[in-house]
Amino acid sequence: MNLRKYLKVYKKFLHTSLASEFEYKTNILVDLITAILSLIGSIFLLSIFFQNNGYIGGWKFEQALIIQGIYTILNGITNTWFNPNLTEIVKHIREGTLDFVLLKPIDSQFFISLKKINPSGFLEIMLGFFLLLFCIRINQINLSLSFLILSLITISCSICILYSLWFFISTTTIWFVKTWNAIEVLRSFLYIGRFPLNSFSFSLRVFFSIFIPIAFITTIPSEVFLGLSQLWKILLEVIVASVFLITSRKFWLFALKFYSSASS
Amino acid sequence: MLQNIIDVRNLSKSFDISSKEPGIKGTIKHFFRRQTKSLKVIKDISFEIKEGEIVGFLGANGAGKTTILKMLCGLIYPSEGSILVSGYLPFRRKENFLKNITLIMGQKQQLIWDLPPIESFYLNASIYDLDKFEAKKRIKKLSEMLEIDEELFLPVRKLSLGQRMKSELLAALIHEPNILFLDEPTLGLDINAQRNLREFLQKYNKETNATICLTSHYMKDITSLCKRVICVHEGTISYDGKLDLLLKKLSPVKEVLIVCRSEEDAIKLENSGFNVKNKIKNEITIKIENNSITSSLKTILNNFDIEDLFINEPPIDEVIGKVLIKKNYDI
Repeated sequence: MNLRKYLKVYKKFLHTSLASEFEYKTNILVDLITAILSLIGSIFLLSIFFQNNGYIGGWKFEQALIIQGIYTILNGITNTWFNPNLTEIVKHIREGTLDFVLLKPIDSQFFISLKKINPSGFLEIMLGFFLLLFCIRINQINLSLSFLILSLITISCSICILYSLWFFISTTTIWFVKTWNAIEVLRSFLYIGRFPLNSFSFSLRVFFSIFIPIAFITTIPSEVFLGLSQLWKILLEVIVASVFLITSRKFWLFALKFYSSASS
Repeated sequence: MLQNIIDVRNLSKSFDISSKEPGIKGTIKHFFRRQTKSLKVIKDISFEIKEGEIVGFLGANGAGKTTILKMLCGLIYPSEGSILVSGYLPFRRKENFLKNITLIMGQKQQLIWDLPPIESFYLNASIYDLDKFEAKKRIKKLSEMLEIDEELFLPVRKLSLGQRMKSELLAALIHEPNILFLDEPTLGLDINAQRNLREFLQKYNKETNATICLTSHYMKDITSLCKRVICVHEGTISYDGKLDLLLKKLSPVKEVLIVCRSEEDAIKLENSGFNVKNKIKNEITIKIENNSITSSLKTILNNFDIEDLFINEPPIDEVIGKVLIKKNYDI
């Protein structure tokens, strides 16, 4: 793979999609306001849960805010990259415009996963970071190099798991043509990621760890923040993320053999 | 001798297609127990195309033209048989193969809707690994050939269909491909835009010796661009050869309207042994076989007092229409 070429192409992707988005200024403004209101609403909801009981699943409100911070960053990444690109896959397949992607001398997964960008998602990512910085202060977390490295690894793994799950579902469009509902179900499961895993019953904990690994996405990085995480959990998250990423890649290449293109 | 750039042997393609009965009952049945059947849309076809050739694929809707084109460019896996394009197996979509080909579809677009076409051109240039200087040079050359200028800087959504199609062509040709697959490129364009596009393709073929495979329902596209046609009928090739031979075979006679100086001359001509279609006063229409048209006209001009004459070619659409419904043409 020619890295220089891919960087050059990505720079063009950034340029063209930002230019497209800036054609509609009001839309960006509405998206930005929505992002701020959504975060305020989520924190308000979380504070209501903690109002009567100081702890949920062994987590204090200040600690649970870390999960909210990580969720906000991931949601920002979802809105910046996954939502504009991965929902387009369904459109590409239904309308046959995937033809143009497949005939370009560039990796098709790279093209359809990164072509577009929604700048309003950046605000959510920033808000999430600010919330995390605030949590670091109120929870008196000691910022060390190992802490930063582990946080970065676990958050990167969360991004990979989330991307792979979404990409996997979108790929099934090649057979099922319409998969909007499955993506909506995935998004609604992600809302669960705003709460500590321990706050759920045992059976739900198993379900959200094995079948839909939401637990890995927010809880493990949050535990790293609080210094509660065990090494085996971090390693497990790295393994799960790698398996998901490799599987989604192989599944895409396999699915393309069944692509029949839309009729003209 | 020119080399074969496309070589297709015993190619077949089947699709699994589900059918549904009408009404609510049919819908419920279709939802719970979908019945699929394998449909062979391309049946054991073989042909080859030489470098620099422009070949038209003719056929009714659903005959299999687009499926053939999509297999040639590597979008669809063949079920049986082999395809070799420029020495590559298309469905492997190797980088060097993809840099050699392009697909243009009249009904689908790759340009970024909200931005001027120039942005899409530079994006494509980066995908094909062209530096900015080279990209600029090629955009200038192609835009001059296509006669587009200001349109390059207007958002795609503001362009007319003709301007958009020209921009699509430019975006698809920026990497200077050797093989062009065109699927109904003039669809929906007005007469002038169609003519401009055809002239451009002729010029491009002449300058670059690119091979062009074209499907179109506009016969003017086929007659002005293609010397050779491949007629596809229900997934099989019903004719593969020169277009003029096909036309001669399908319309062996021409109609000639002769205006005589007097009605007496017209009566004389009517009784002179020609195949007369009709006669109105001093105007007489006769049918003459293609191979004897010159000698017959010479005889008429030498022996009768003629004021004027018109040779009518049968409408090409009508002639080609016959091909689309027939299974086999041996010429």
